[in-house]
Amino acid sequence: MSTRSVVPFGPHHPVLPEPIHIDLVLEDEKVVEAVPSIGFVHRGLEKLVEKKDFNEMVFVAERTCGICSYMHGMSYCAAVEHVMGVEIPERAKYLRTVWCELSRLHSHLLWLGLLADGFGFESLFMQAWRLREKILDMSEASTGGRLISSVNKIGGQRKDVDNAMLHSFVETLNQLEPEIRTMVRTFLEDSAVRSRLDGVGVLSKEKAHDLGAVGPFLRASGIPFDIRTTGYLAYGDIDFEPVTSSEGDSYARTAVRINEIFQSIDIIRQVVAKIPDGDVAVPVKGFPKGEYMMRVEQPRGEALYYVKANGTKFLERMRIRTPTFANIPPMLEMLKGCQLADVPMMVLTIDPCISCTER
Amino acid sequence: MKMSKSPWLLHYDGSSCNGCDIEVLAATTPVYDVERFGVVNTGNPKHADIFLITGGVNDQNKEVVKQLYDQMPDPKVVVAIGICACDGGIFKECYNILGGADKVIPVDIYVPGCAARPEAIIDGVVKAVALLDQKREQMKAAESAEGGAEHD
Repeated sequence: MSTRSVVPFGPHHPVLPEPIHIDLVLEDEKVVEAVPSIGFVHRGLEKLVEKKDFNEMVFVAERTCGICSYMHGMSYCAAVEHVMGVEIPERAKYLRTVWCELSRLHSHLLWLGLLADGFGFESLFMQAWRLREKILDMSEASTGGRLISSVNKIGGQRKDVDNAMLHSFVETLNQLEPEIRTMVRTFLEDSAVRSRLDGVGVLSKEKAHDLGAVGPFLRASGIPFDIRTTGYLAYGDIDFEPVTSSEGDSYARTAVRINEIFQSIDIIRQVVAKIPDGDVAVPVKGFPKGEYMMRVEQPRGEALYYVKANGTKFLERMRIRTPTFANIPPMLEMLKGCQLADVPMMVLTIDPCISCTER
Repeated sequence: MKMSKSPWLLHYDGSSCNGCDIEVLAATTPVYDVERFGVVNTGNPKHADIFLITGGVNDQNKEVVKQLYDQMPDPKVVVAIGICACDGGIFKECYNILGGADKVIPVDIYVPGCAARPEAIIDGVVKAVALLDQKREQMKAAESAEGGAEHD
């Protein structure tokens, strides 16, 4: 019988931009158990509801995570709007959809770059990030911020984007699409890349369901579950189908995210074609009272925002359940039985966002 | 040989929201390309000259930050990226935030911003490079003064 040894992975690890620590229990090179320890990025921002009023909390919510920042701010605002019974204008809903999809685009391109860096393909990493900058330019042109936009407020948006600019975005995306297609061909077809992804970290459909995986991680295991299909914001008027794959390995997860890039571009096209004219915000008076649970589909999966308000300017409770938090148990299951050398790749393929998870 | 010809970076995410981390990485990619200054992003503290830290520190990660700093060879420069690393920023009042990175390690250069823009990060790195040469000169002067004293 081989002896067991423990290899620490993280918190500072070259493939991880963020700190997470996993103790890998090995038998020879095979991982038999993975024990995570988290808390390196824990700030305790949910507790800030006691110190910052419900309008200021929008900025805190946006800083839950710098990558899906827009969606965090948007979901918090949407939750508080539901509590207050505020119906935001149609144009604001459509604009929110555009920004949500832009942030999904930049997040997926960012992840493709990190994946390439993870298997040591540096020029591919650079290519993915070069294309991502063009998405960030659009965010900056429309919101003023590259990552943290702060255009959300309770009752709508702080800024309007004129239709000419929206059409120029579609124009840019039309030019960008063939470039992205050229770039992703390397991920999907290159034999060296495929040798690192094919059959690595398989998560079966049953396990993915039972352990509560979310987002592309779940969809790559063959379950077509996408919160956007519930039709929040303008998604109800948009024609799209959840992207799935049946293999459940690292390659499937890469393919799902790549297809979602093109899906997002398509959604932006549809939204810009349908966007109505009008105001982007309604005046909001009074303080929230009641509770609401908001579910949104972030780039990494389903996020859940819970707010409870008691009629004062401070909320009683805010709770965020982020997608990576849900994805950690299936990830640990997936790590069992894999080779030590594949661990960094497998951790990357769930697209971990630790600052979301630990809040 | 001047150290400023090829300073290597080490990046660690204290307890930042990720915004600044991603901007640090973006600063090394083609559009901003900090590598044109000979800067390479390394994962190994023992190879690094400039320590870029993003986010404030908390009880869980302060030992990690200290260890990374201690493992870096002298001379070394610490750059605090983003307002959280400077003084805690929006999370200053959170129960788990001790404050900026300077609560744990000496910080030489502060780059403000939320999230700090890649241009600002490059500016900070360029300033750090100049400081690195200065520190190297001071070390040399101290060494030769010491050596001279032994000979006398």
